Amino acid sequence: MSVDTATVKRVAQLARIAISDERAESMREELNTILGFVEQLSQVDVEGVEPMTSVVDMEMRKRADVVNDGDIPADVTANAPISEDHFFMVPKVVE
Amino acid sequence: MTDLTALTIAQAREKLRAREFTSVELTDAYLGAIEAANGDLNAYVEVTADIARDRAAQSDAKLASGDGGALEGIPLGIKDLFGTEGVHTQACSHILDNFKPRYESTVSQNLRNDGAVMLGKLNMDEFAMGSSNETSYYGAVKNPWRASQGSPLESVDLVPGGSSGGSASAVAAHLCAGATATDTGGSIRQPAAFTGTVGIKPTYGRCSRWGIVAFASSLDQAGPITRDVRDAAIMLQSMASSDPKDTTCSDLPVPNYEASLGKSIKGMKIGIPREYRMDGMPGEIEDLWQQGIAWLKDAGAEIVDISLPHTKYALPAYYIVAPAEASSNLARYDGVRYGLRVDGKDITDMYEKTRAEGFGDEVQRRVMIGTYVLSAGYYDAYYLRAQKVRTLIKQDFEAVFAQGVDTILTPATPSAAFAIGDKEMAADPVKMYLNDIFTVTVNMAGLPGISVPAGLSADGLPLGLQLIGRPFEEETLFQTSTIIEQAAGQFSPIKWWG
Repeated sequence: MSVDTATVKRVAQLARIAISDERAESMREELNTILGFVEQLSQVDVEGVEPMTSVVDMEMRKRADVVNDGDIPADVTANAPISEDHFFMVPKVVE
Repeated sequence: MTDLTALTIAQAREKLRAREFTSVELTDAYLGAIEAANGDLNAYVEVTADIARDRAAQSDAKLASGDGGALEGIPLGIKDLFGTEGVHTQACSHILDNFKPRYESTVSQNLRNDGAVMLGKLNMDEFAMGSSNETSYYGAVKNPWRASQGSPLESVDLVPGGSSGGSASAVAAHLCAGATATDTGGSIRQPAAFTGTVGIKPTYGRCSRWGIVAFASSLDQAGPITRDVRDAAIMLQSMASSDPKDTTCSDLPVPNYEASLGKSIKGMKIGIPREYRMDGMPGEIEDLWQQGIAWLKDAGAEIVDISLPHTKYALPAYYIVAPAEASSNLARYDGVRYGLRVDGKDITDMYEKTRAEGFGDEVQRRVMIGTYVLSAGYYDAYYLRAQKVRTLIKQDFEAVFAQGVDTILTPATPSAAFAIGDKEMAADPVKMYLNDIFTVTVNMAGLPGISVPAGLSADGLPLGLQLIGRPFEEETLFQTSTIIEQAAGQFSPIKWWG
């Protein structure tokens, strides 16, 4: 399978990455090189094989359903580009 | 006084305990070396001199009262992927500009608890995506090794490998006693091989991933890069732990790794996988492999030919699984909660411009591939199939271990270090990906793997051998790699840097 420029632009939109027409063109070539490389997986007979969900044979540890963290809004927002009163500030999203 | 930076962790540990010198003296020696060399090598992206001297002084107090930890007063470099409280943590990406976490990663906290002194943050490929350390926002790292006279690479600056290129370069150039690193497809073992250092990626779940910037969560593991096998055992001892904050972190007790050093490998069964004999593999890599086999045989091991039939599919499956997980993990970088923000006409425009400017080319490529293979209509054909292939790769190893094989010997990389700006690799992303052909299978199966220096190439550059072990049997790797280390000797670059 290979991708065309329109698909590259659609995927860029899904990935929320702005892309110029020129970059979409070069990206198309790069992605097709990689997709061409992974194409060989179609040679493998995977009939009846379970997809891997955990690489190590272990049961996932569960924690007690209790609050064990919190009350640190200053820490949480400390690295925000813009914050006010412990809120993250973003451009207006509701008219 | 002899050069303090020439000492291994084990040597420095003894001398610190014997009070032959102080941790402040040792730390100052390293800070001086970094100041002189970093302009040439670019291994550190942030030097934390004040923190280092402060922690060294605290260590000296503990050493004086005789209650120092396992790494008390030992100066280490920390890869920029590890969250370090109040200190530069950017995965060497523009998109994490000015990010200083309010927490410490479990692994770096474990090292702190044992008394280690942080010298600074080490350069790496952006978000650990790369095999040459050229994708870093902070520029390429140089390998302290240079090709011998008469080689076509003689006057060329070489890559240290990646993604843990800063870690490997700093360890090889004695700009730290040891370094933390991480490995998703080979990012500890390949740079270790390129710089004549030792690097171990432990079993998935042996080190906590908590507080480490995520790349591909089902593959990422932390481990050390050090000057010799003993130091790797000492560092991993400290880095590994169980951790309630990482649900994939193992609860198995951490064994005494140093105790496994020097044990005989007589009667041990060592597998040689025929599928690792790749078409077009340079003769010197094959020769190195044969040499390794001979050393282990001389030490009393039984050598057996084995087959891992799905080996050739590991790298293509990796380039579906890893980008898919990366596209999901990197969705959090949106210009809202941390790092870079580029303003736009509305919120979506802001997201798109931030991510376009904040992510470098390689990261964008992988996020795009990941988004594509997970998108509606392609999920089964790519992602689900790759996860099935991953099951087959793991079953290959399980079958071999069930036959009684204790460890598997392979080359670490298909070549020695290459030039910074290598044109073929720059033009074709897949060429660069092939660097991980021998290491990536280990991540796909969650196994431990170690790279140990074993010889020099015709160009006079270091080459490594890899040993792969059963899950949570890192001790076997330390035990066996010591044999190779003793037979091969150690390799040091000739100093040209400041």
